[in-house]
Amino acid sequence: MPAYDNMPAMELYQPVQVEDALSLASRLADRGWLLGGGQDTYGWIKDRAKRPEALIDLNGIESMRGIRETSDGIEIGALATLTEISTNPLISERYALLAKAASVVASPQIRNVGTIAGNVSQDVRCWYYRRGLDCYRAGGNLCYADTPEAQNREHALFNASRCVAVTPSDTGPALVALEAQMVISREGGQRVVAAEDFFVGPAINITRTTVMEPGEILTAVRIPAKWANAEYFYEKVADRNVWDFALVSLAAVMRTEGGNIQDSRLVCGAVECTPRRLRSVEQAIQGQPRNQATADMVAGMASEGAQPLTHNHFKMPLMDNLVQRALTA
Amino acid sequence: MTPKLTRRRFIKSVIFFGAAASSGAGFYLASAAAQRPAGGVERLVSLNVNGRTRRVDVMPQETLAHTLRYKLGLTGTKLGCNRGECGACTVTVDDVTNYACSTLTHSVKGRQVVTVEGLRAADGTLHAVQQAFIDELSPQCGFCTPGQIMSAVALLKTNPRPTREEARQALSGNLCRCGAYDHYLNGVMRASGQLS
Ligand SMILES: Cc1cc2nc3c(=O)[nH]c(=O)nc-3n(C[C@H](O)[C@H](O)[C@H](O)COP(=O)(O)OP(=O)(O)OC[C@H]3O[C@@H](n4cnc5c(N)ncnc54)[C@H](O)[C@@H]3O)c2cc1C
Ligand code: SF4
Ligand code: FES
Ligand code: FES
Repeated sequence: MPAYDNMPAMELYQPVQVEDALSLASRLADRGWLLGGGQDTYGWIKDRAKRPEALIDLNGIESMRGIRETSDGIEIGALATLTEISTNPLISERYALLAKAASVVASPQIRNVGTIAGNVSQDVRCWYYRRGLDCYRAGGNLCYADTPEAQNREHALFNASRCVAVTPSDTGPALVALEAQMVISREGGQRVVAAEDFFVGPAINITRTTVMEPGEILTAVRIPAKWANAEYFYEKVADRNVWDFALVSLAAVMRTEGGNIQDSRLVCGAVECTPRRLRSVEQAIQGQPRNQATADMVAGMASEGAQPLTHNHFKMPLMDNLVQRALTA
Repeated sequence: MTPKLTRRRFIKSVIFFGAAASSGAGFYLASAAAQRPAGGVERLVSLNVNGRTRRVDVMPQETLAHTLRYKLGLTGTKLGCNRGECGACTVTVDDVTNYACSTLTHSVKGRQVVTVEGLRAADGTLHAVQQAFIDELSPQCGFCTPGQIMSAVALLKTNPRPTREEARQALSGNLCRCGAYDHYLNGVMRASGQLS
């Protein structure tokens, strides 16, 4: 497949009111493409692997910007950039897990324009699909990654259903850990969805990675006060520290009382199509001290039930080791 | 192999995109405007590049790198990958580094774009970063240099005396296939007066 430098002709809309953007999104539906920072957009279009007829640039919409305190936590405008999130004093102080996750996405230049909405809504990074092959996710009837010869080192360990691609988002696991609420608007209405239910796997919908329907726009992300100032752990393992997507990442928050873990949420990125909560580990460590003995007790639990492909077995010990680190950090 | 390469799809797209191009080129107001959703962009725009206002005809889908290089003659901004993976195209927009290959020109209207050509003083004196990169022999082949310079300039604007580690972070979105990273970091330390 040839690579092109320029994008094909498209319409471009730059609404300044969210209502105008919503009516454009609903009118254009599948023919339109919402644009945040565009960092997960231009590659698709340059490669002709996706062909929207019109771009709806959301950046002029003031009401979708900014990070503010609310009566129960904070509200992050969907257009907040990853740089803004990683350097915002409120987030760094109270929800350092999210600041840390945002700070390891891609590269400084991409974080300077990449938005939180785009980061959680980005499509999977399976190169067969990205190259424009008509695999299951593209509407075809086979998976190029799930074959004995395929390059599937980066692919899924859990809950694959025809498609074995993983969630690429670094902020996704942090938002699920922090019990974030996603504010989704459409013409004449709004719904609020827990981050945990926002991401969907291929068994539910193989052509999308989130619950958002055409015509809907993610307008804000709310982080409740519940996990403010909690103990946290975040680590992303990737081939290079810059540009590369996670091979496995772990986002964890914990509350300890009298030295024992009262409550925790541990969420892995890049092991299945959605951020994966490690519920069995969360249950096992409840009431236990955050130390090596507890880490030993849950050794191997995170990767239990994994169904590795030809080249991604290494992700299993990686998951288990990240849990060890989270408990002993 | 894929349906999008069929002849029918091709012809359809010519018809659709041809129509889109002609309306963009002129017949924008009056009746055509009534049928299109509000907010579509005008092609003739004013850009502020290196302190000057430039009037340019910009396609809706055009990237800033394309406008700079092929319409404004500012070829100091390089295209390496054109995919956000190398940093050769780094420019600053309102003092913040962006990949020009992955920025729509229409999104920088009303903002200050600076490229490597805009750094010298009026009398020709080089920017401290440019001079330091020469003194430290930072570049090898030089292809990544304009991008490295822009990242360093943006860093020193917000952090005039960075640590070497901070400089490493700030330049981490600029790939150098010659591997001259340490020489660039030496340059940043010299430009910030921390190396004599
Ligand atoms: C070289 C490279 C490396 C990368 N590395 C990483 C990485 O390490 N980790 C990582 O997490 N990501 C990575 N990315 C992916 C991505 O570019 C960034 O995560 C970025 O945050 C995407 O945000 P954006 O605003 O630029 O997205 P856009 O490209 O603007 O949007 C992405 C998708 O979200 C949709 N969308 C955007 N805004 C909204 C909204 N408000 N409501 C509903 N849908 C919306 C768009 O229609 C599009 O489908 C990388 C990208 C590149 C090019
Ligand atoms: S893993 Fe998913 S995206 Fe990749 S080839 Fe298989 S079906 Fe397509
Ligand atoms: S040319 Fe823009 S990042 Fe490589
Ligand atoms: S000097 Fe050759 S690419 Fe950096």
